[in-house]
Amino acid sequence: MLIVRIQREDFDPVAEADVLTCGRTDVGAIVTFTGLCRDDGGTLNALELEHYPGMAESQLTRIAEEARARWPVQGIVVLHRYGMVAPGERIVFVAVSGSHRGEAFHAAEFLMDYLKTSAPFWKRVHLRDGTSGGWVEAKDADDSAAERWT
Amino acid sequence: MKAVYFAWVRERVGCSEEEITPPADVVSVADLLAWLGQRGEEYEHAFGNAKVIRVAIDQMHVKHDALIAGAREIAFFPPMTGG
Repeated sequence: MLIVRIQREDFDPVAEADVLTCGRTDVGAIVTFTGLCRDDGGTLNALELEHYPGMAESQLTRIAEEARARWPVQGIVVLHRYGMVAPGERIVFVAVSGSHRGEAFHAAEFLMDYLKTSAPFWKRVHLRDGTSGGWVEAKDADDSAAERWT
Repeated sequence: MKAVYFAWVRERVGCSEEEITPPADVVSVADLLAWLGQRGEEYEHAFGNAKVIRVAIDQMHVKHDALIAGAREIAFFPPMTGG
């Protein structure tokens, strides 16, 4: 099972992960990751997420297929929101199921590392004082995190 | 071909997409970035530092030495910051 979804609305992480075990009794592990919007010390009013419709879905699918090729995982769910997201709200969700925890942990971390550097999403900062803080810059640490899988 | 722009590339160019017809001697992504950068002040602002621009041809990531022949849609954007 491979589910990739890009949506404006919030999602329920428990319900999304439950899909991986629905009707199955061979799942031994589910690893989930939820990425949230931070308030950056109270200065941030919202993040505005822009994406490349079409490519965002296909790129997330490619990353998920790559994860499935590398580890013997059973199912993958990848969700990413776009539009305005307030501090405390969920932005991204990854869930991986497998027979054992090892492959599920590895695949989930791989998915997040690759998603951050190769899925076409961009964050714009809106500050509490009403001004725009500009576009979030890509971090070298994220590139390094992705490169360790190559 | 259709050119599409995202994030600060879109803001600097001033539109999200447009039809472009580069001359015949523009064969690679690098050539196209250089050609776009000469189209006016906004384009120079967007593409002046071409090496930071990421490019996708028909929704697949490509490097700057990729050839553009046959491309229907070419996207230009800054390094991605999702997640």
